[in-house]
Amino acid sequence: MGTHIRWLVVIILLAIFAIWVSLPDTILTNVPPTCYANEATIPSQGIHFDFNEDCIQEVSVNVQQALGLDLVGGLRVVLRADAAAGSYTPQELRETANNVGRRVNALGVSEPAIQVLGNERILVELPGVTDVQTAIDTIRQTALLEFVNFSGLNFQQIQQLEEQRILTTARPTVTQSPDGTPAAVSPLTGQPFETVMTGAMLQAAVAVLEQTQWVIQFELKPEAANIFGPYTGANIGQPMAIVLDGVVLSAPTIQAQLTAGGVITGNFDEETSRTLALQLRSGALPIPLVVETREQVGATLGQESVNLSLRAGIIGIIVVLTFMLVYYRVPGIAADLALLVFIVLNLAVFKLIPVTLTLPAIIGFLISIGTAVDGNILIFERIKEELRAGRKVDEALPAGFDRAWQSIRDSNLSTIIICAILFFFGQTPGANIVAGFAVTLALGLIINLFTAVIVTRTFLHILVALLRQPVTERQWLLGLQGAKHV
Amino acid sequence: MFSLVQKRRWYFIISACVIIPGILIMLYSLATTGSLLRLSIDFEGGAIYELRFTAVGASEANIRDVFVRFGSENPLIQQLGDPAQNRWSVRGAFVDEDTTAQIEDALDAIVPIDREASRIEAVSATVGQEATQAALFAVLAATVVVTGFIVLTFRSVPKAVRYGICAIIAMVHDVLVVAGIMSLAGLLFGWEVDALFLSAVLTVVGFSIQDTIVMFDRIRENIPKHLGEPYEAIVNRSVLETIHRSLATQLNAFFIMIAILLFGGESIRQFIAMLFIGLLTGTYSSISIAVPLLVAWEKGELPFTQPPPNAKITPSTAVADS
Repeated sequence: MGTHIRWLVVIILLAIFAIWVSLPDTILTNVPPTCYANEATIPSQGIHFDFNEDCIQEVSVNVQQALGLDLVGGLRVVLRADAAAGSYTPQELRETANNVGRRVNALGVSEPAIQVLGNERILVELPGVTDVQTAIDTIRQTALLEFVNFSGLNFQQIQQLEEQRILTTARPTVTQSPDGTPAAVSPLTGQPFETVMTGAMLQAAVAVLEQTQWVIQFELKPEAANIFGPYTGANIGQPMAIVLDGVVLSAPTIQAQLTAGGVITGNFDEETSRTLALQLRSGALPIPLVVETREQVGATLGQESVNLSLRAGIIGIIVVLTFMLVYYRVPGIAADLALLVFIVLNLAVFKLIPVTLTLPAIIGFLISIGTAVDGNILIFERIKEELRAGRKVDEALPAGFDRAWQSIRDSNLSTIIICAILFFFGQTPGANIVAGFAVTLALGLIINLFTAVIVTRTFLHILVALLRQPVTERQWLLGLQGAKHV
Repeated sequence: MFSLVQKRRWYFIISACVIIPGILIMLYSLATTGSLLRLSIDFEGGAIYELRFTAVGASEANIRDVFVRFGSENPLIQQLGDPAQNRWSVRGAFVDEDTTAQIEDALDAIVPIDREASRIEAVSATVGQEATQAALFAVLAATVVVTGFIVLTFRSVPKAVRYGICAIIAMVHDVLVVAGIMSLAGLLFGWEVDALFLSAVLTVVGFSIQDTIVMFDRIRENIPKHLGEPYEAIVNRSVLETIHRSLATQLNAFFIMIAILLFGGESIRQFIAMLFIGLLTGTYSSISIAVPLLVAWEKGELPFTQPPPNAKITPSTAVADS
């Protein structure tokens, strides 16, 4: 009995922890607010600990349930590099993905996900985005790097334009700006700025340390000499802006006539110079992207799916709980309690791993609830058999559990293997939806190995101990019918 | 004792009544469309538009007109649910982003679309082909795993091949039933085989084979316990002993699935329906196909297992036979 009491304590503690995690807005932290940059960055949920009080969190777990696009609405596109395989490097693909990410940030989407898939694809997920057309347009533009004529602007004017969005002759109509302010035009003419040359003319760019100063060396393609040479020759001493996707990155001063390449000096440290070189390169070497799959889901449609599957799930669970209680009586109570523990453990695991819940993922979880009881039924049927064979309750219980264990393990194992196959199938971009189903079903089966056996056994032993007299006198309480005529 | 296995002929006939029409429909589909089952855009590429219009006015004709104008030769147009909801589903060709925008604008011109309640999914032909390859690979892997499972389970049992073959036949039976019903649903309601359908089939195969193994396990266990009894009686006893388990466990999965079918969303209904049918036939086939086949084999009723006609004439051969 002692072991059962100990297990009961463990199970109760585990269940309390799981309930706490699965509640919305779980927060546990000892990190003082002063450690965060501002109010907005203080997390409203999660488990965050800073044990040695240096404002660096040793433990930081996000415990918000992630919902898939089919439930919250939004846009999901898989983009493929529209260039022959081998004509670009994985590094370039990553840079292209970074570029896409930077643009997507300008859209103001709350939690965009940009991911390189394999060696030719980029996945972009924009939950909650409503203006799909703008989003796709924004993603698909190839990065446009421009050298823009800033001649005649004074220091203050240049400072005001840095990091700002401007209109140029190469891109005179873009008005989308992260903070909603309209893109700037030239204060001298009131017209878009003049584009001298685009990044297509750039051969290479690299950040180097010259004495103590980080600079960016760039090389021009041969055909650029005819454009860049005369222009820089005529504008020595004037500022010239480097503009990526309409945003002014920097506005260095032209020092000499440039035909083959040059050096951009400015107030750079290592990081900013490397980033700028990267941006120059990726502007110069954009991999054109085509949309390969696209899924856009209206937000209300997603909400409807959430409500419907929630309702279906709750009804299904109530039916299962009732069935177990009616059919198996006292063991049924143990099974029902174990099932409730199973459900909260799953919900907690979904948040902690984290598992993104999509509609198929919810279905996988619900099916795993259906099969979770499977283990209990195997055990209870075995116990009934032992009782019918004339054994006492105290002998029948352990015998039932022992004999059923192998069947439970085997049947869960075979389905877990099938889930593994499905999970790998779900890695192909076209079958992504399958992965969620496989993950939740497999997790359910694994957790079930624990709940169906240990949790049910603990509850059942304790219930039988509490109800010893009624159970031994009236065996129908153990779900046994017609025991006499066997 | 109630004899389950005695009625085996009836079970075989019932199964044939489902499987043979299914195969005929699949062959018909192969002849007319070039594929056994209607494939979805997951495998073929293309675009699905689930549209909700804000008012009445959209018709099959004017929707078709829009899609034909923008590159879909033969769009498949269906009205969804209650006509008052103005919901339509259109399957068209995979077109580039600009064309998609033009299609949306042209549809807006008929009656404005409620974008918040609409869904568009588009898959290129390349991705479709890759998904098809991945699907074939998944089926292959599942076949290897399931066969491996059967071999492992029955490796030390007398007449192992017999058990293994009966289990595999029951599994093939389940796949054929699900595929047949799917092809019928394709013909009647335009249901299409997508990535989720494949998941349903593989999940069913996993459950089905396990169910059969549990039942065979019990038969093996019972043979030494009841040595004097005829084989048929032992088998029957084993089925009756495990049938509770079989039915009761599936029952809970069924409760959940029926709840989702009745109260869950429409988008997942097809997946659940096929899963449901699959589990149903999986349970049925363990009891009514795998086990009776075993008995029929033992009694020499199967065409290829019949003892040679002269076997019973001379005693010496009969002795050698047993």
